Amino acid sequence: MTLRRFGRRNPTIVIGALLLLLVTAAAIAAPLIAGDPLLITPVDRLLPPSEKYWLGTDHLGRDVYARAVFGARISLLVGVAVAAVSVVVGLGIGLAAGYWRQVDAVVMRFMDGMMAIPAILLAIALVSLNRASVFIVVVAISLPEIPRVVRLVRSVVLTVREMPYIEAAVSGGSRGRKIVIRHILPSTVAPLIVQATYIAASAILIEAGLSFLGAGVPPEIPTWGNMIASSRLFVARAPWTIFAPGTLLALVVLAVNLVGDGLRDLLDVRLARRM
Amino acid sequence: MRAGAEPILSVEDLHTHFFTQDGVTRAVDGVSFTVAAGETLGIVGESGCGKSVTALSIMRLLPPGLGRSVGGSVRFGGRDLLTLDEAEMRRIRGDRIAMVFQEPMTSLNPVLTVGEQIAEAVMIHQGKSRHDAWARAEEMLTLVRIPDAARRVGDYPHQFSGGMRQRVMIAMALSCHPQLLIADEPTTALDVTIQAQILKLMLELKGRIGAAILMITHDLGVVAETCQRVIVMYAGRKVEEASVLDLFDRPLHPYTRGLMASIPRRRPGAPRTRRLQEIPGMVPSLREPLSGCPFAPRCPLATARCTAEAPPLEQHGAGHVVACWEAGRIGVS
Repeated sequence: MTLRRFGRRNPTIVIGALLLLLVTAAAIAAPLIAGDPLLITPVDRLLPPSEKYWLGTDHLGRDVYARAVFGARISLLVGVAVAAVSVVVGLGIGLAAGYWRQVDAVVMRFMDGMMAIPAILLAIALVSLNRASVFIVVVAISLPEIPRVVRLVRSVVLTVREMPYIEAAVSGGSRGRKIVIRHILPSTVAPLIVQATYIAASAILIEAGLSFLGAGVPPEIPTWGNMIASSRLFVARAPWTIFAPGTLLALVVLAVNLVGDGLRDLLDVRLARRM
Repeated sequence: MRAGAEPILSVEDLHTHFFTQDGVTRAVDGVSFTVAAGETLGIVGESGCGKSVTALSIMRLLPPGLGRSVGGSVRFGGRDLLTLDEAEMRRIRGDRIAMVFQEPMTSLNPVLTVGEQIAEAVMIHQGKSRHDAWARAEEMLTLVRIPDAARRVGDYPHQFSGGMRQRVMIAMALSCHPQLLIADEPTTALDVTIQAQILKLMLELKGRIGAAILMITHDLGVVAETCQRVIVMYAGRKVEEASVLDLFDRPLHPYTRGLMASIPRRRPGAPRTRRLQEIPGMVPSLREPLSGCPFAPRCPLATARCTAEAPPLEQHGAGHVVACWEAGRIGVS
């Protein structure tokens, strides 16, 4: 299939992926395409967008464009890290719980308990116990996501383990571990990819929320969340300080969700595909 | 069993129960038989008579927590398979005893190539390297007459037709040269021409590898074509056992006679519009205790004794065993 035909059939994936690609490229190339996000220039406080400051300056005279570009690093990093951590951990637990009944009863009750913990509260608790860092934020957001992944993986395992080909593999002398890893795991990949995108999107939002509350990454690191937080007092005088991070946040989350929706339609064999 | 042939598998008084919420189902209720090396033994009976459960009991593949063999023994290679631990059992499965399942469309994993699936058992049991096992997979595909095996070995199951997939299943089962091949309705899901090809292939490869076959089927035609001896099962019990010729010549159990009568056939001279015969009634529930002969409620010859007392298996001629009080009368008529 040519790229163009793929694009016509799956416009959501292509649009979402292009947006993400753009933001990712900007985040990686941040030091090359933007100035110092921490440089305070008191005389240039709250300036509207101009040739020197493309998106204006904030109340400390910092370049909003530079801060927004550097802030993308944190958002994307947190999104990807949370998705990776929760998928890897959840996959392992879900496979074990789905295949071995003894594990199932204990682990699933524990997961039910974990689902009751709100991510924001857990993060606030963890951050107040430790020094704020990106690592803590990733852990705090990942923990409540894990049970969702476990439930998804477990449901796939429960379906697949009853398939005749699993019985055939057992009758060939394969041991449980091999059955799970070789015969069952591949069936979980497609739904997990889709789930991972949704987790990434929600992680980006939760991270912004945490930064907004001051419970996220250390305040000296520019993030979209703490940019919005520090600008909210000046929104009437300098609305651009909120527009830039707010718009970027919305766009990135939209892009990730577009990709997720597109992948779901593409990978889900149960949905009739238009030919 | 033919004289002189040493049995490789001997099932003694096997009892397998399913423990469900509604009570205990006695799926296999005291079944005994032997399979000699290189022999093909058929087990026939209608759905739910316990023939598949017998096979799963031998392989110890009963659904855990639900089905369990509660009595009897399954002797294979000098050991009782029912007493082996799981690791020892795994060494036998796929190596000494292999199985071919009914559904070729779902018995192969859709996400793995057929080569990987055939090679898996070879790597486990013969400790071969990935490369050698792959070569073996290719060789096995050639053996089951998949054209262009060298290329097809890397294909996925959906790229094969039903008959081809069953060939792949046979290749998988025979890849470690098992002594016993359990075929659970191997041709039921296939159309008639493919059935004949698959059966022919199985018999031919059996001869080449020297395996015995336990052929589980509800199709007397399959039995007639492939087996030397047959066991007829009903309601979890063995009701008749005989050589194939003897069974078709002189069926003694009324159930066996009923099965034979319900085969559609055209005899020269017979009226063409004859209705197909059926066996009236239903299989008894295996949850309630059975007193007497399980077939008595459906049997045209049943007497008061049949409902009161279960008939033992008795010898009626060489190698012909039947569990019926009236067998003597049937044999004479």
